[in-house]
Parts: sequence; structure tokens; C-alpha cells
Amino acid sequence: MNANAVSGPVIELRDVCTRLGTQWIHQNIDLRVERGDLLALVGGSGAGKTTLLREMIGLQQPTLGEVLLFGEPLQAGHRAERFARLRRMGVLFQQGALYSALTLYDNIAFPLREFGGLLEEEIRALVLSKMALVELKPQHAKLMPAQLSGGMVKRAALARALALEPELLLLDEPTAGLDPERSAGFVRLIRELHASLGLTVVFVTHDLETLSSLANRIAVLAEHRILAIGALEEIQASKHPFIQKFFHYRTTVDEQAADS
Amino acid sequence: MVQAKAHAIALAKSPPPHLRHEGEHCVLTGDWTLLALKPRLIMLRARLLFHGRSVKVWDLSQVSRMDTFGALLLWRAWGLREPETLVLSPALHPAFERVRGVAATPVETAHVDWLKPVVLLGKQFIGAFEQLIGFACMLGMVSIEAARLFVEPRSIPMKEFSAALYKTGVQAMPISALVGFLIGVVLSYLSALQLRNFGADALIINILGIGIIRELGPVLVSILVAGRSGSAITAQLGVMRVTEEIDALAAMGVSIHQRLIWPKVLAMAIAMPLLVLWTSTAALIGGMLAAQVQLEIDWRFFAMSLPHVVPVQNLYIGFAKGGVFGVAIALIACHFGLRIKPNTESLSRNTTAAVVTAITAVILLDAVFAMLTRGIGVPLR
Ligand SMILES: Nc1ncnc2c1ncn2[C@@H]1O[C@H](COP(=O)(O)OP(=O)(O)OP(=O)(O)O)[C@@H](O)[C@H]1O
Ligand SMILES: [Mg+2]
Repeated sequence: MNANAVSGPVIELRDVCTRLGTQWIHQNIDLRVERGDLLALVGGSGAGKTTLLREMIGLQQPTLGEVLLFGEPLQAGHRAERFARLRRMGVLFQQGALYSALTLYDNIAFPLREFGGLLEEEIRALVLSKMALVELKPQHAKLMPAQLSGGMVKRAALARALALEPELLLLDEPTAGLDPERSAGFVRLIRELHASLGLTVVFVTHDLETLSSLANRIAVLAEHRILAIGALEEIQASKHPFIQKFFHYRTTVDEQAADS
Repeated sequence: MVQAKAHAIALAKSPPPHLRHEGEHCVLTGDWTLLALKPRLIMLRARLLFHGRSVKVWDLSQVSRMDTFGALLLWRAWGLREPETLVLSPALHPAFERVRGVAATPVETAHVDWLKPVVLLGKQFIGAFEQLIGFACMLGMVSIEAARLFVEPRSIPMKEFSAALYKTGVQAMPISALVGFLIGVVLSYLSALQLRNFGADALIINILGIGIIRELGPVLVSILVAGRSGSAITAQLGVMRVTEEIDALAAMGVSIHQRLIWPKVLAMAIAMPLLVLWTSTAALIGGMLAAQVQLEIDWRFFAMSLPHVVPVQNLYIGFAKGGVFGVAIALIACHFGLRIKPNTESLSRNTTAAVVTAITAVILLDAVFAMLTRGIGVPLR
């Protein structure tokens, strides 16, 4: 671990360009995610948010440019070091990506067992506490992923991402498919973990409610690049037509709420 | 934001977990998180076990951060209740809140069930019965669909049919020719060694002719195709189940039996006899060449006398076998494909089962053929 590991950015994208098929998805993206950030990544559908997250994890190589995780290039170090680096983060995939052959319980227990050194009773308590965090009932523990509702899959995947309470969380649309109350609960949970553990969270969302209540920084991804990055007020002040349109919806809703 | 960063950096810089025992109280310091605890877990567990219930005063005010696991470790050491005096900074409260309710739940121990073998056996039987019923249902549906296509030929899924024909037939040609050719060579070579001892060299034509055309060709192709196309069909249907494509088709009012199964069965029924012809030819060519080398039987003589020593009925039997085996393989593969539950385990289990069952069925059907065609096409002198 170098000196940057603690005080430097958790994730750093340098000049990342991505070409998928015949089209450029990203062009010259520079992004620094600082420790303690609650960074929201927003942008239109198909803008390349999921692709960007996948590049941060190393599931996909950018065509050009460099991705640094915890201050080190993704591919740096031995196999064990690379894996250890990946264990420091939790990932929630857009479709959940639960292991379909394992029960809900085993899905959440999987990272804990993989981590090693824990007793079965401890694993059980941790899994149950994670299930309680995302409001899954203990009687759901034995269900297979195919037997879960869409929102339950989301919550189970979130519980799995949180299982090791990692210092970095990458969440792809964590609140899509959750009812408003549960989204609010999710925001509360992340804020709490953020305060007590100093988590860094990067999340993709289309939900303006989550955006405004959780993010302390927002990056707008459009036209193949990061159009703007900053706090909500700074972003809203931007004159760019895409951002205007994106947040216009929100202001009208707010005005309606204020009227009534 | 700057605040959040400073806070997070301060937390990340916190020292490793440490437990200090001073007279009547324990003082905990550092970073009590899963990642930080891991390297010291064995030592800390032992010390917590030692002090956990005896020490009355616990000072956690110097702990910089604590996750659920850290809280759980302490909570269990304390015997699932708070110690008499607990000094706790408010930031640590949530972690303890999270473990309070769940730490007490015991691990279910699997109790021994003596009836289990009986139950398992029964399940096997019921399972086999269900398989039969499922298979019969599918057979019925496919027949009904086939009949319907006679009435309205416009809804024949020609594209799917030709795709299936190409995949199961044309693409299997290289491999089946290669395997057939090699088997022909080996068979001819081994028989030649024996026949030469008896001076019955010319009988090689009879042996290879009847053996390959009637028996070996169809069975060989069936086994190859069961492994190749049978598994492909099962896996395809299975993945379509996993990704809910089958449900999407059903929701659009498209019959899966008409669109997915019928074309495959028909394609196999047509492709297999042709593949049998192709493979048998390759095997005979292999045998012919080996006979030329080993027994010095001229290949022209081999080819000329083949029609005289092998009655043509054998060719028909070979075709019939090919068609029947092909239909059986396709139906079995589809049957198992439709049984797949939307998880990877079921996918792999059913794909294996499909191939094994298809090959077994082919061998069984071959025995039935052998009995039914006892007197046909075998020259008796
Ligand atoms: N493997 C691939 N090959 C070619 N193009 C791809 C591939 N994967 C994604 N794309 C394209 O990349 C673009 C970005 O996809 P991505 O999944 O990152 O979008 P997104 O921003 O996450 O959208 P959403 O909000 O709808 O989830 C899309 O236009 C998509 O068609
Ligand atoms: Mg996406």
C-alpha cells in the first residue's frame, strides 16, 4: 500500500475512453472519487453509467486511459493483491446478479464464507442482521433467487454487497424497484454506515429523491463525458441544456408540492 | 463534503484493534471492523473469551470505528447482554443495535432422519412418474401442433426449422465424417487381422457392409448428435427459461411447442437419416482404404461387390433407425430443457440428464429394432 492509499482518491479515472462495437461510449472521462464521497452518477438511459461502473471494478477494460482503485492501477500487483483490493469493495449489479443455485441466505453468506475465519454462528448472525437491514424477513432465508420478487432481489443483492461492510460500495440503481418507504430506508442505512464507517459510495440512480437526499456530489454523464460534477446546487445552476432538462422535471414536481 | 472526506480519512487512518485489560476494566481502541480484525482474530477471540464475562467495566470510547462484526464479536463475548458498565460513543450505537436482535438465534443443527432413504426412494419413483407424464404431455402437444400445421401451413415456422436443420445437420457433418472414417479404419484393420488367419479375406466386405450400414452408422451418429445437438437444445431451452424468454413467448401468445420444439424434432427427423448415410459412407471409405492396405483388396472390387453382399434392406433399416433415433433425441432434449428451473444448478443437471437419457434411449431403441428386424436384410445361407 502506498502513501496515497488513505488520503488519495479511492477511485480515479484518467482520460478514460471506451469504445463498444462501433460507437464511443466515453470520451476522455476524468473522475476522482474521494474518500467519504457519496457520489451519484446520473445520466440518460444508455449513457454508459453501468459501463463506467464495470470499468471501475475491472470487469471491462477501457479502450484508452487508466483506472486507479485505492491509488493503484486495477491490474497492479499479484493475484492475491488484486483479489484483496476487490474484497475491499461491495458491488450491487443492476440486475441483482444473485447466484441462482444458492438460497437467499447462502447468497448473503457467500462473501462472508469466502472471507474466511468466521464461525458459522457469527456468519448466521451477520446474515440475519444484513437481512434485517434491507427488511428481508428471516422466513425468506430459504428461498431461491427465482422465487423472489423484483424488489426482494434488489434488497438481497444489496445485503450481499454490504455483507463485508466494505469501505467502497458501487451500487447500480440501488433503489430501482423499491417502494418509496424502502428507498428512504435505504438512504437512511447508507447515511448511517457512511457516518460510522466512513464508507465511500458511488451509485447510479434515476431517482431524484434518492439523489437529493443521499448524494453529496453528483456527476452528470452525457454526451460521452462528465458534463458537470459538484453538489446538487452547483449542478442545478448549470446552464447546459441536458442538465436543465434533467432537473427541470424535479423543479416542476417541487413547485407542485409547494403549491398544494 | 470536505468535512466528509476529512472524517473518512481520519476513520481510515485509525490504528488496528486492540484490547487492554487494566485491573477491573477493559479498554478497547482502534478499528474494530471485519477487515482490520481478520489478522488478529484468533488472539482477540481468545482474550475476549477470557475476559468477556468476568470483567464488568468496558470502555469503548476510544474505538474509532466498529462494524456489525466487531459489535457481534463483543456481544457474544459478553454472553449476549450488555456488561454492567459500558462506555460507548454514540457513533457505535447503531452497530450494537444491529446485532442485538440477531445474535441469539441458534444455528439449526440438521437432525438425523431415519426415514430419509425411504422418502428419497419414493421421491425418485414419483419423479420418474412425473417425467413420464411430462414427456407424454409434450408428445401430445407436439403432435397437436403438427396436426395444426397441416391445417394452416402458413404458420409453419420455416425459419426456425431451417436454422435447426442447419445446426443439427450441416454443422455436424465434419465431425461425424471424421469419427466415422476413423472407426471404419480401425474396424477394418482389426477384422482383417482375424480374417486373414482363416483365409476369409473377402468376408471383410460383408462384415463392414452389414455392420456399418445397419448398426454402427446409425448408433454412432446418434451418440454424436445426442452429445452435440441434444445438449445444445436442452441448454438453449434452459437459458430461455432462466432469462424468462419462454414466459415472454407465452405472454405474446406464441406456442413454444410450435415455435421451439416442433421445428427441432422435424429437423432432427430429416437430418439424422442423411447424417447416417453420410457417416456410413465415410466409415465404409475408411474401411475400404484399410482393407486395401492390410488385405490388398482392391478398393474398386470392394465398392463393386458391396451391393451384392449387403441386401439393400439394410440401408432402409439404417435410414429408419436414423429417423427414429433423431426424433427420440430431440424429444428427450426438449423434455429436459422444459423441465429446467431458473437456476444454474438445474440447468447443468438437466443438460447432463438429457444427454445420458438420450444415449440410453438410443441403445434401447436399437435393441428393439434388432428384435423387430430379425429376419430382414440378413443373407442366410
Ligand atoms: N457489450 C456491448 N457491446 C456493444 N455495445 C454495448 C455493450 N454493452 C453496452 N453497450 C452500449 O453501451 C451503451 C451504454 O450502456 P450502459 O449499460 O452503460 O448504459 P447505462 O447508462 O447503464 O443505461 P441504463 O441507465 O439504462 O442502465 C448503450 O448504448 C449500450 O447499447
Ligand atoms: Mg445501467
